[in-house]
Amino acid sequence: MLPITEQEIQLNVSVNTPEEAIAYTGSLLVAANKITQNYVDAMIDNFHTIGPYFVIAPHIAIPHARPENGVLEQCMSLVRLKEPIAFGHPHNDKVSLVIAIGGVDTDFHLEMLRDLSIFLSNQTTLNTIMTCSHASDITKLL
Amino acid sequence: MFILTVCGMGFGTSLMMLMEIQDMAKRNGFEVEGEATDLSSSKGKACDLIVAGSEIASEISSETTVIPIYNLLDKQEFENKVLPKIREYFDAL
Repeated sequence: MLPITEQEIQLNVSVNTPEEAIAYTGSLLVAANKITQNYVDAMIDNFHTIGPYFVIAPHIAIPHARPENGVLEQCMSLVRLKEPIAFGHPHNDKVSLVIAIGGVDTDFHLEMLRDLSIFLSNQTTLNTIMTCSHASDITKLL
Repeated sequence: MFILTVCGMGFGTSLMMLMEIQDMAKRNGFEVEGEATDLSSSKGKACDLIVAGSEIASEISSETTVIPIYNLLDKQEFENKVLPKIREYFDAL
């Protein structure tokens, strides 16, 4: 079961840059007291220093940092962008779905990544995420 | 067989790739060991195969074969690119 509630989902969010997209997605987890602001800054730093490798599939980015950067609880948040944004990935741009993930340790993290991977590989699920009008439409799929 | 999966930090996409590869290997009757690592720690690590996201793969210089994965959610891509290398390895034993 993925650790996400309606509070950590926002649809049709308008941003202008990848940094804003990451910051917004991270802010949902800060508000839920699951990561610190430092973790948000670390996700953005990682994007600057390492690049957009976390755009794992067409239109899907999973920004993250390391547990020691400020994860308080195993968590994830999901933001669907109103206008897709280019992250600079050679194959998977533009990004319309940003999923911030925070792992407390490798075991919990593996379990969440496995569930997330199964969740997003399901084409019907993905269609719902990309087109639904309420966060509850997504939590119902969990 | 030992497979190294590489991403920017060794704590997200590389773990996803390693899980996918080990699950796929198991489904096909192969036991594959591996480690998920970040780009800088991957240098000089001994392994039989390296798998990385397409964006990171181009930055890896190694004598070991490096397979780039474009869509980490696409099981078919793993089966087309990685499974033949696993078969090759075990056939040669």
